[in-house]
Amino acid sequence: MRAQETYNDQVVRLFLLAAAVWGVVGMAIGVYAAAEMVWPSLNFGVPWLTFSRIRPDHTFGVIFAFGGSALIGTCYYVVQRTGHTRLAFTALANFTFWGWQLGCVLAMATMPFGITQSKEYAEPEWFIDVAVAVVWVSFGIVFFATIARRRIRHIYVANWYYGALIIAVGLLHVVNNIALPVTLTKSYQVYSGAADAMVQWWYGHNAVAFFLTAGFLGMMYYFVPRQAKQPLWSYRFSIVNFWALISIYMWAGPHHLMYTALPDWVQSLGMAFSLLLLMPSLGSAANGLLTFNGSWHLLKTDPAAKFMVLALVCYAGTTFEGSILAIKTVNSFTHYTEWTVAHVHFGALGWVAMITIGSLYAMAPRALGQPAMHSRAAMELHFWLHIAGVLLYIFSMWIAGTIQFLMWRATNPDGSLTYPFIDSLIAIKGMYAVRWFAGVMILIGMVTMAWNLWHTAAAARAQLIKPIPVPIPEPEQRQVPAPLPVYG
Amino acid sequence: MARGYKYYEAVEKNAALLGVLIFVAVSFGGLAEVVPLFIEAHALEPPPGVKPYDALRLAGKDIYVREGCYLCHSQMIRALRAETQRYGNFSVASESVYDRPFQWGSKRTGPDLSRIGGKYSDDWQHRHLLNPQAFVPESNMPRYPWLAENKLDGADIATRMRALRKLGDPYTDEDIASAPKAVADKTELNALVAYLQGLGIANDPAKKASK
Repeated sequence: MRAQETYNDQVVRLFLLAAAVWGVVGMAIGVYAAAEMVWPSLNFGVPWLTFSRIRPDHTFGVIFAFGGSALIGTCYYVVQRTGHTRLAFTALANFTFWGWQLGCVLAMATMPFGITQSKEYAEPEWFIDVAVAVVWVSFGIVFFATIARRRIRHIYVANWYYGALIIAVGLLHVVNNIALPVTLTKSYQVYSGAADAMVQWWYGHNAVAFFLTAGFLGMMYYFVPRQAKQPLWSYRFSIVNFWALISIYMWAGPHHLMYTALPDWVQSLGMAFSLLLLMPSLGSAANGLLTFNGSWHLLKTDPAAKFMVLALVCYAGTTFEGSILAIKTVNSFTHYTEWTVAHVHFGALGWVAMITIGSLYAMAPRALGQPAMHSRAAMELHFWLHIAGVLLYIFSMWIAGTIQFLMWRATNPDGSLTYPFIDSLIAIKGMYAVRWFAGVMILIGMVTMAWNLWHTAAAARAQLIKPIPVPIPEPEQRQVPAPLPVYG
Repeated sequence: MARGYKYYEAVEKNAALLGVLIFVAVSFGGLAEVVPLFIEAHALEPPPGVKPYDALRLAGKDIYVREGCYLCHSQMIRALRAETQRYGNFSVASESVYDRPFQWGSKRTGPDLSRIGGKYSDDWQHRHLLNPQAFVPESNMPRYPWLAENKLDGADIATRMRALRKLGDPYTDEDIASAPKAVADKTELNALVAYLQGLGIANDPAKKASK
């Protein structure tokens, strides 16, 4: 008799642990960087503690180390459950875990020491880029091989997003990082000037689109229906939104370069497509939110559901804001100001972090063989710390950004500028302090989550978890699958 | 389900087809926006007077890049009145043809630096980088004291210039051969100040044309 096939949750648990650790590390660096903006002497004259050296560590740490680990981990969990099959290539899947962690550690350890390409969100030097590319291709192989051996013929919508994440980020990573190595620690980009600017923001914007949006929408499409215990509000709507989202996003990069030396037609094209993006973005958010119809009472009892609902609200809010900021006239005000920082954290802390936290709280007990998280009170505490921190963060930076653009363009009756630059900095210093405090609240929340996961994982650490058998479905293939994936 | 769905159903049941269609869908944007710019960039001749960075300024530019100055300072004056009034002529694409990577930036915690060259003395720039608060007490710029302690490596700069020549920057053999001598005994601070003092001066085509 053939041995019972089981889900590979071992690698999922590893990514879960990594996500919890990187979340705390990445946000702690962010809090330190935020403190340096208020008290610049905090670098103590040490190069690798200086704001300009650690800021890439914060962005890389939260996006690729925390977000990346959460994405790959949930992807492995979801693709097995929606396909009723075990993850393909166990050894290669383990390699993607260790490879990804090694890439993150290398990047985080080299950037503060000045080993950097200094391209925003693509700072790691060429040798790390090569390693990351190898790991990414392996991730793609594991994912698509698992899809290929699925037992449910329909590929569930969450997997389309994970697939788009893998394909698009692979493409972006390779094209953006083409460089000529000079030494082991220094390379020069093949692109220069305006062409480099276009490639960089085609990459930068779509890192947001495919890493921070598509991947996390994949997470949303699986975990929201599960947590709401409702079928997806509209399966067909998700089809429209998916294709619109992935094809339109790629055009929107130039909105990062309005009124610059980039040709005018590219700027206008970028703005037009950014406005078109309103449709699939709000559509996806609506589809997720309406899935909670009939289950809104969960908001009273289930902190994971609360995180998810608020994540979708923030997703709708931040994508609406993004399209408005892409209007040239609006952009002429907000660009270069703290408004940009508010917008990116609205998305990153509001949408990405909250859907991740919600999904981790939903997935962790199942992957760890527990009926529920260790402490519900800790989840509640995390929720309130996080949401309060996010609101404080974005409002302080919105206010700071508004002060900046008003002061930068204020003129006297004779036409001369009213304020020297430094006045605008003095005016927002209090807001920087508020933002730092908001960061501390969010960080405490993340520590709470890590503590909670650690205790939930007690059985896993004691090796007491029985692998979950894969349910083998009846061979009935002609029907459209129920949108709610069958849970093993 | 709608009648048309049966055609779409094929995509949902075939991973290869789904993958190919995703790849096609995500390719259009880049092809339409990035490729024409490559062609344009090839046609973009640096105007007379815009020369690749000399050895010392190249070293300075790479230090600017290494330290992450672009995270708080832009080098892109937009064609808006308040900006040209504050910082000078708006920036044009041909000014940054030798910047790898481009340094346009995305955030102004501090002011734009595209035309900072010559605005302050060398001595001011030196001392400001070592202790910004000594000049502007309210500034939140970090101190960069280590720049004064690190000496430049001439051979390394020459290697970098050779690499840039491979990428198309018109350095002559003589430029490269004289690089070690040009940076001998110079500190990273000297190089960074030389770079800052050249910003918007050596690479301002409008200024060159009017002379």
